[in-house]
Amino acid sequence: MLPYFTVKFGNPSNLHDIGREAKNAVEEARVKTAALIGAKAGEIYFTSSGAESNNFALKGLAQANSQKGKHIILSQIEHFSLLHPAKTLEKSGFAVTYLPTDKEGLVNPDDVAKAITKDTILVSIMHANNEIGTIEPIEAIAKITKEKNVLFHTDAVATTGWIPVNVEALGVDALSLSGHQFYGPKGAAALYVRKGVRIKPQIEGGIQEDGRRAGTENVPALVGLGKAAELAAADLQHRMSYTARLRDRLQRGLQEKIEEMVINGHPVHRLPHNLNVSFWYVEGESMLLFLNMDGISVSSGSACTSRSLKSSHVLTCIGTDAAVANGTLLLSLGMGNTADDIDYVIEKLPPIVQRLREMSPLYEDMVKKKRAAAR
Amino acid sequence: MEQYSSKVMDHFAHPHNVGEIENADGVGTVGNPVCGDVMRLYIKVENNTITDAKFKTFGCGAAIATSSMVTDLVKGKSIDEALKISNAAVAEALGGLPKVKMHCSVLAEEALKSALDDYYKKKGLVSPVKMPAESGHEHEME
Repeated sequence: MLPYFTVKFGNPSNLHDIGREAKNAVEEARVKTAALIGAKAGEIYFTSSGAESNNFALKGLAQANSQKGKHIILSQIEHFSLLHPAKTLEKSGFAVTYLPTDKEGLVNPDDVAKAITKDTILVSIMHANNEIGTIEPIEAIAKITKEKNVLFHTDAVATTGWIPVNVEALGVDALSLSGHQFYGPKGAAALYVRKGVRIKPQIEGGIQEDGRRAGTENVPALVGLGKAAELAAADLQHRMSYTARLRDRLQRGLQEKIEEMVINGHPVHRLPHNLNVSFWYVEGESMLLFLNMDGISVSSGSACTSRSLKSSHVLTCIGTDAAVANGTLLLSLGMGNTADDIDYVIEKLPPIVQRLREMSPLYEDMVKKKRAAAR
Repeated sequence: MEQYSSKVMDHFAHPHNVGEIENADGVGTVGNPVCGDVMRLYIKVENNTITDAKFKTFGCGAAIATSSMVTDLVKGKSIDEALKISNAAVAEALGGLPKVKMHCSVLAEEALKSALDDYYKKKGLVSPVKMPAESGHEHEME
């Protein structure tokens, strides 16, 4: 990446040698990105982020195919970068069905089949949920959409670079991915669009990306994305088994030491590097702050940590009790984590939970109730 | 979200007066777990003065800090003085709160007023306590 910030500073749209050099770097990144997901290079459109890829996919596919119909199907647990544009499309005359999931976060392909009407043009179901890790039955859903001649987009931001992602095997027509999710830089992402599928550009006014997405390319970041894709492809199985082992160790360790905790998501069909846990009687941000003081960085889905003061829509959809949803932590693992890190978390988190429980009126009430019932 | 001030972090990491008071003269519990904030305040009153205050809180950094601060503000005050403690005073005493966390200071004021209300009711007196307006939770879609 570094040379492209300094000496190799060309604009890929220029015909002179300096421009050509930058153009070649971008195209090489495109080939590598395509290879990671089993696509052709010409089917990869670079964007600035997963959110942009998702917006591009939803609005672009809906608008380009609106003469065939105006009904779209999403799941309720999609990322906001799909749910919010869906709401916007509703305001401009599209109808959207938001499918529920079961309590482990799985979308039922039969529900997709039942929801499809003559007016349906697009289905978008995420490959795996970024919060609870559940991997969706994309292949089964794709069989249905192919049969009914409906376009199928999947948000693979959480899966690309972590589990096998192959557009042919999955059977999708469009797919979003994001570089910084698999050790690439921020600011470089992509949308795969199968050759022959019509999509309306959302950022207009330039020749870049075959006229489909204007804007001078972020050359260094795209070079980084390409490299990250190359490294991920070579290391995929190892990454899966390495992180799954650590995640299982963490899960076991916490389950042994902490009571009244709930693991969210599917126990089997889930991302290898994700552990989403809810703890009764304590709140997420306060756990996060204490863990941070101990040098442990995690995420929380509590209402307090969101700007809208609402707790996670994903946990709401899977039926998590609203009271315990606010005591949720997302612990994501990476290739930089070791078994020692896991053991450190297993050492530090239980006393934090206990300390917060002892400060909690909800815990106090539960203990008093238990004592009263025991008499 | 803006950062918490060092005073807020201090009250969060080393909160004052955590606990319960047996046979308290007033107890107020406000908030709800669905919103992610529940505060319970206990007060001990002798000769119209609050001699002790303790709290238990389920909530974020700001919720714990404002609970801790309100117990500090209230100890040694008369009932009348305590009735005048506002959420702004709690927030100011903490060196300010991020805008999105101001509602935690409102909850602390409500917990105090609820405990004072309980004190009057326990004594069989008419409570002059006026509960503050809506907690101000802005549940907007982003």
